[in-house]
Amino acid sequence: MQKVFDRPVSLKDVQTHFCPGCQHGTIHRLVADAMDSLGVQQRTIGVASVGCSVFLYGYFDVDVVEAPHGRAPAVATGVKRVHKDKIVFTYQGDGDLAAIGTSEIIHAANRGEKLTVIFVNNTTYGMTGGQMAPTTLPAQRTTTSPRGRDVAVDGYPIRMAEVLAALEGTAYSVRVSVNSPKNIIQAGKVIRRAFELQTQGVGLSFVEVLSACPTNWGMDPLKANERVASEMIPYFPLGCFKDITAA
Amino acid sequence: MTKRLFVKGNEAVAMGAIEAGCRYYFGYPITPQSDIPEYLSRELPGVGGDFIQAESEIASINMLLGASACGARAMTSSSSPGISLKQEGISYMAGSELPGVIVNICRSGPGLGGIDASQADYFQAVKGGGHGGYHIIVLAPHSVQEMYDLTMLAFDLSDRYRVPAMILADSVIGQMKEALVPHSYAAPADLPAKDWKVTGKGGRQEQRVVKSLYLGDGELEAHNWRLHARYAQLKAREVRFEAAGTSGADLLVTAYGSTARIAKTAIRMAREEGLKVGLLRPISLFPFPAGAFLDATAATKKVLCFELNAGQMVEDVRLSVARDAEVFFYGRPPGAGSLPTPEEFLEQIRKHCKD
Ligand SMILES: Cc1ncc(C[n+]2csc(CCOP(=O)(O)OP(=O)(O)O)c2C)c(N)n1
Ligand code: SF4
Repeated sequence: MQKVFDRPVSLKDVQTHFCPGCQHGTIHRLVADAMDSLGVQQRTIGVASVGCSVFLYGYFDVDVVEAPHGRAPAVATGVKRVHKDKIVFTYQGDGDLAAIGTSEIIHAANRGEKLTVIFVNNTTYGMTGGQMAPTTLPAQRTTTSPRGRDVAVDGYPIRMAEVLAALEGTAYSVRVSVNSPKNIIQAGKVIRRAFELQTQGVGLSFVEVLSACPTNWGMDPLKANERVASEMIPYFPLGCFKDITAA
Repeated sequence: MTKRLFVKGNEAVAMGAIEAGCRYYFGYPITPQSDIPEYLSRELPGVGGDFIQAESEIASINMLLGASACGARAMTSSSSPGISLKQEGISYMAGSELPGVIVNICRSGPGLGGIDASQADYFQAVKGGGHGGYHIIVLAPHSVQEMYDLTMLAFDLSDRYRVPAMILADSVIGQMKEALVPHSYAAPADLPAKDWKVTGKGGRQEQRVVKSLYLGDGELEAHNWRLHARYAQLKAREVRFEAAGTSGADLLVTAYGSTARIAKTAIRMAREEGLKVGLLRPISLFPFPAGAFLDATAATKKVLCFELNAGQMVEDVRLSVARDAEVFFYGRPPGAGSLPTPEEFLEQIRKHCKD
């Protein structure tokens, strides 16, 4: 019998700690697939951030450095300057990258650091129990926006893929989603491309992945997935906002 | 003939770092230490190194964390307000058992304060500074030559113990120019291999992870005991100080860094008057030369501590001296705009010798 589906070698054979229906696991799989298909696992260094994905090294079979909350792009800059021939990626949540770490991501992108950044946008702070994030949608209830996010008080959700696309040093900035098989396949292609571009040393490649947090949204996984389609994608449109290698 | 150079303390730090094999520097401008990034931006590319002017002190300490995690010799420098911003990263480096050199050319605070010399960052440097209960190695040069020599030593000690090391000086030492005799550096033959550094697996079986998160049952406590055992080793093996005329002295004077220079002049003047005054100058502030104070105060029961603050190191001195020794303090908080004069110190010496 032909085997058509297998665990990527870049991913360890372990159970995850993620909640049922959480899409961090799916995204981990796509990142591992990208490393496998490019054959870069042995020369890849991951930088873990703070959030539900902090245990990156428990799943990816690559060397990993753990960064303080939000600082992964700066840590990755230090790593890449020493290992110019290695593949370095960060994996960050929306609280990590778009709140406390805004300065670090903007300036790493602006310097054109040859890094791949996987940005998981689930519109909330997952790990700390569902507080409001910079990406929380208008009217979305969270534990710190109990009456729903009021843009007059709390400001607006940040569209990071668009923000980073505006910077000279960004080579690639794309938003994808993992809420449907079709979107998962597309996300896989984009993530692979983001790693491939790093091997070409053209600048920072950034992939924003819309992702569900069923636990903190108070929804079952299916409903959470529907919310991604009905509420998130309209505010955070999928697509490529920059590709300097495009003709 | 040995080459003698006439350079600034800040330049001597940068020169010592390059000679010791530092190839990565990450920093952000702040007076009075900007000569360090300026020098390294000029010189590092020529020796195959990288200089990055980061967007902030927070970013630069985290770049240092990343480069150190790769096993490279790397450095950052700043001055007081910038060092406060770096404390997050320093705590993470301590927790991740990463070496790395941090230079603090102190200015006066708190807050924005001023740019005049100060020793008010002593507590922050030697008592941890960031969260979590850790120590870093702290070395306090008092001359341009020591800025060079101790920077080299800082790299060796921090590599050996996997503890970040700080050069703690102030604007007087950083900005003054005096003779420097540069010399070549040879890494100690017994420095342990960095078998923890991340390189990409490259065919290695085990992955390597540099982290400070320990959530397993009892893991964090064990990790902390391991770190504290290392601090104990530092205290046992790596204490450095200068002592002169301590035996038979009626008064022991102690000071470090810039105030030690003023104290030395004051002591010379006091001896000319026939006063029996000894000097004990801590060079390593962590580990603190506690044993040297205990030994010296077996006979000399009076200690006078000079500092450019309202009293910080004096607390460690009090904890270190013999039970029946008396410790006096003279200093002032930063902001006066002028340094204490040798005459001012001499007056204090006279007072305590006579009492
Ligand atoms: C300096 C600092 N501030 C706050 C925290 C607490 N904290 C841990 S994870 C987190 C938010 C993570 O949210 P996000 O990046 O969106 O990732 P998710 O958990 O949703 O995957 C926060 C605020 C911390 N660890 N460090
Ligand atoms: S809290 Fe949310 S982001 Fe975190 S593991 Fe659970 S579902 Fe995933």
